Amino acid sequence: MSDQAVSSPAPRILAIPGVSVALIGLSLLFAVASPGFLTSGNLSNVLVQSVILLLLALPMTLIIMTEGLDLSMGAVLTLASLVLALIVVSTQSLALALLGALGVGLVFGLVNGWLIAGLSIPPFVATLGTLGAAQGLALVVSDGQSVVGIPRFVRLIYSGETFGIPTPILIGAGFYALFHILLYHTRFGTYVCALGGNRDALTLAGVAWKRLLVAVYMLGGAMAGVAALLMTARINAGHPTAAIGMEFDAIAAVALGGTSFEKGNGWLLGTLLGVLTVGVLRNGLNLMAVPSSVQVACIGALVIAALLIDSLRSTRP
Amino acid sequence: MSTASDAPVRAPGFHVSREVQQLAYRLLAVALLCAALSFAAEAFFTANNILNVLRQASLLFFLASGLTLVILTGGLDLSVGANIGLSACFAATAIKATGSPALGTLAGLATGLVIGICNGLMVAKLRIPSFIATYGMLWVLHGITYYYMAGETIHGFPPGFRQIGSGYFLGVPIPVYLMLAFLLAGTAFAQRTIWGQQIYAIGANPVAARLTGIPVDRRLILVYAISGAMAGVASIVFLARLNSAEGDIGEAMTLPAIAAALIGGASLFGGIGSVFGTFIGALILTLVLNGMNLLEVNANWQPLVTGLIVVLAVWLDMAGRRRG
Repeated sequence: MSDQAVSSPAPRILAIPGVSVALIGLSLLFAVASPGFLTSGNLSNVLVQSVILLLLALPMTLIIMTEGLDLSMGAVLTLASLVLALIVVSTQSLALALLGALGVGLVFGLVNGWLIAGLSIPPFVATLGTLGAAQGLALVVSDGQSVVGIPRFVRLIYSGETFGIPTPILIGAGFYALFHILLYHTRFGTYVCALGGNRDALTLAGVAWKRLLVAVYMLGGAMAGVAALLMTARINAGHPTAAIGMEFDAIAAVALGGTSFEKGNGWLLGTLLGVLTVGVLRNGLNLMAVPSSVQVACIGALVIAALLIDSLRSTRP
Repeated sequence: MSTASDAPVRAPGFHVSREVQQLAYRLLAVALLCAALSFAAEAFFTANNILNVLRQASLLFFLASGLTLVILTGGLDLSVGANIGLSACFAATAIKATGSPALGTLAGLATGLVIGICNGLMVAKLRIPSFIATYGMLWVLHGITYYYMAGETIHGFPPGFRQIGSGYFLGVPIPVYLMLAFLLAGTAFAQRTIWGQQIYAIGANPVAARLTGIPVDRRLILVYAISGAMAGVASIVFLARLNSAEGDIGEAMTLPAIAAALIGGASLFGGIGSVFGTFIGALILTLVLNGMNLLEVNANWQPLVTGLIVVLAVWLDMAGRRRG
């Protein structure tokens, strides 16, 4: 794997088995263990519930490909969701509310990018700092209370159907396609690959890579704003701890999907499979009435297993 | 560490090393903070409040001092807060089950130590980047703790045990004595033992350290084990002070602990920092948070301020490095 050209965004065939085996294995396990799992209603449920995670995991893939990390995503999503709820409740305007949520995401993305690209602060520390900031602001703007009274037209975004397909699935598919084009068919995507693999080459080629890096983190923030819309519609409220810790599920999905933390290799389809694996795991454990805390421990264990396999593979000659 | 090799030749006369200079700035910051707070809030410069600040700083220091050793090797331990949660809950259970505070303390320390060793093995043997390995550990520990406690609270411990957290000796809180003891022990370990110096060497240049024959893997496991054990110590003092254990007991302490170490001059790139610096860092952060309390600033602002301080401290470190 180490001999693979880091600048080429080619799918990592070697990584395909790992995550798809996990996905199929878990699906079979739950199909046997709980009768409610393999129904069309439940499977569509898994897809719908995975969309918010997918919206975070897509930009997280790009961020991790630049050898970065964004620990603030869950907290920024929470803050954006509160801002969205406050605006939509007071003005009844979805456009204004979405603008507010996107604004929150973009500002935090800009700050993250500036700290990381401009001041060269290690990504996990910079975003840990902004995580604290976003979490604190979420508590301040909401005063620790839920924002309720979300209008029906917002809720329909999560529970409604378009052309007979649940709307969230269409949104998820649309953004997946968008990121696929962005990563594999634009110059921006090629630069993102180089940001993780060979930053010196970008400097030598005269690319203003610091601005690119800021753009990648701003993309992450904006997607947290989009996810905030679905989150608010789903829980029918703005809640000051709604998505705390969600960045972990996103990082887990990306890691399961075979994107490497150190070499700048990324694989978008792997991230999709990773998101579905986390979704199936959570859904199946829910059906078996396993507490949410144990689900988190299971995902943590799954990630460590994935990293272990990754490290064993890369040390193999 | 860097002064010996790359400091320019200086004219004879009075000069001090960069480390001493940095430490002096931080002590000055403590003095200025104290001065400002005693003007701003009447309640600040009372014996009660000063002892209160020291006691709060002690909890932070236990956590941050172990973390400092990890940061000295160029790593990071994000699991210390979650470690406190699980260690405190296991210690509480052991006290309730056996009635013996000593066994409970042992259970808490052992839990912290085992978690630390697991972190060390993941980092040293499996070569998983430390912040990812300990971040995964954080969520595993949260999961286990919440499942184990199932929303329950364990409370009411023997008075003898509670002395560790809330007792006084000669008018000074017991945790403050513990802090001073660990400060002396930690400084002696880091500055005066071969192992301590090897830890600095690993952070300054891992490749050179390996080539010199330093058993890098074993020293790495050691620092994560110490960090875990210090989280165990913090959990015991915390438990004795609160007199109750809940699942989310240490959750909010990871960021402040990292902040204390970074304010104290520890560099995330390894090789620079000291246990004494972290002690000063813990004091500065506690003074800021205490001042915010006295000035009746909404407690919800605290994570925001702590986050800003972390970023500021790292940025100052980066800026200092660029100047050389």
